[in-house]
Amino acid sequence: MSSAYEKVQLARAKDRPSGLSYIRNIFLDFIEFHGDRRFGDDPAVIGGIAKLRDKPVTVIAVEKGGDLKDKIYRNFGMPNPEGYRKALRLMKQAEKFSRPVICFVDTPGAFCGTGAEERGEGQAIAENIMQMSTLRTPVISIMIGEGGSGGALALAVADEVWIMENAIYSVIAPEGCASILWKDVQRVKEAAENLKLTAADMQKYGIAEKVFSEKSMDFSEVYQAVEGELYQKLQELEVLSVTALLEKRYARFRKFGV
Amino acid sequence: MQLTGLFKKPKNELEKGGKIFEAPDEVKIACSICGTENSQSELSENMNVCRCGHHFRISARQRIAFFVDAGSFMELYQDMVSEDILSFDGYKKKLKSAQIDSKELEAVICGEAEIGGRQCALFVMEPAFMLASMGTVVGEKLTRLFELATEKSLPVVGFTASGGARMQEGILSLMQMAKVSAALKRHSDAGNLYITALTDPTMGGVTASFAMDGDIIISEPGAMIGFAGARVIEQAIRERLPEGFQRAEFLLQHGFVDMIVSRMEQKERIAKILALHTKTGERI
Repeated sequence: MSSAYEKVQLARAKDRPSGLSYIRNIFLDFIEFHGDRRFGDDPAVIGGIAKLRDKPVTVIAVEKGGDLKDKIYRNFGMPNPEGYRKALRLMKQAEKFSRPVICFVDTPGAFCGTGAEERGEGQAIAENIMQMSTLRTPVISIMIGEGGSGGALALAVADEVWIMENAIYSVIAPEGCASILWKDVQRVKEAAENLKLTAADMQKYGIAEKVFSEKSMDFSEVYQAVEGELYQKLQELEVLSVTALLEKRYARFRKFGV
Repeated sequence: MQLTGLFKKPKNELEKGGKIFEAPDEVKIACSICGTENSQSELSENMNVCRCGHHFRISARQRIAFFVDAGSFMELYQDMVSEDILSFDGYKKKLKSAQIDSKELEAVICGEAEIGGRQCALFVMEPAFMLASMGTVVGEKLTRLFELATEKSLPVVGFTASGGARMQEGILSLMQMAKVSAALKRHSDAGNLYITALTDPTMGGVTASFAMDGDIIISEPGAMIGFAGARVIEQAIRERLPEGFQRAEFLLQHGFVDMIVSRMEQKERIAKILALHTKTGERI
């Protein structure tokens, strides 16, 4: 059993498959759509339509990028407001055409910058969280690397949330936590331990319904497992009435906490 | 001004519980903007606003005293207390000192009240309690309030002030953003009004959820409002941020708040907005 901080490092590992790898290996006929129709197109968020076997679906992923040049282009997977607004636009489109939505989340967090603040990073995230709570089509979100705070939640108000064995999901990065609480970034391991951010923690606290094993180190098996589980879960969710689906989603989040 | 008489009375009502802290009159409080030394009595006469217009932070109970009609406030869920659910180092101690400092059990006060004769559900966040960070109890109280307001078809008026999600409750505090947002979406879908009044500071996970979800968003002058903290941004971009960045006026300029209203005028303005949203039956 590795420590929480080892999990953080695994979740951030350079060679870890990114959002785009999941899209390419799980879906057929992916067609990417661009832009939020308001300001621009955020390369940190990739979205479009594809087939999961015979099912049309909307797929959205936060993409950290491959080589350094691509990472810079993708802003290291830290979306600006237009990334979240593009995601919401595609989700609303999915709702209109009764397509399920599948989100892959891998982000250190929403981008912290002057432009992001000027264009309402907080408002964009707030809007996604609120709208996703009543999106009238099934939504499944999968944490595949870093699930960084509100920037991850903005794509994860879903009917089910799944997580990879070596992925994390946290209210704040352990470095930020150590620096704010103890004014000491060196205490990052302690912060990681305290925050309860591992996949096992997510299952324990009911934040994630499923944890995918990464034991084989061969991701083709992981993709296959995710593909199979997605197909099965969507079949289960699609038979529910919209009212029942939304009632279930409400109850899922209503239970967290007291 | 007519308002003076209105807010004095309920203030005394609230004081019955001995919960409002007032410094002795001889203590002078210096304004961080203009340097004027204000006496406590001067400040309470002016709703804790300096002559230069700087709005001092005030406690949630003081704010309620300023805003609701005399004797109309009925507090709800006041006994809920946070627990150290994740066994986070030092959290128990921090909760205890926050309770002592703020004289409150948690970082938000909820209730029903009348504002200008209109019944509404009200929440006010308490910055003296761990900078009103949102943990599971804050999330639960707000969710219950929105559910109650939906059931009773009441408008919700909320004064936000918060550093964001409460780290010491980890992922469960992040989930409160979704929980509260889902409840307020139901309230909204049922045709009810939600007004948020952003006060200094409104940051992080609170900005990124219920603070920005109001049908109408009001802000106090000069309030710091944003997602990322200024220090975090400065470290990321390695530059000093411009004067006024993330202040209420900056948000107004960029289209994220409807209006900036001084503390003296907020009650009247909110009462007017509430009056313009009286339900007159459904249109077919």
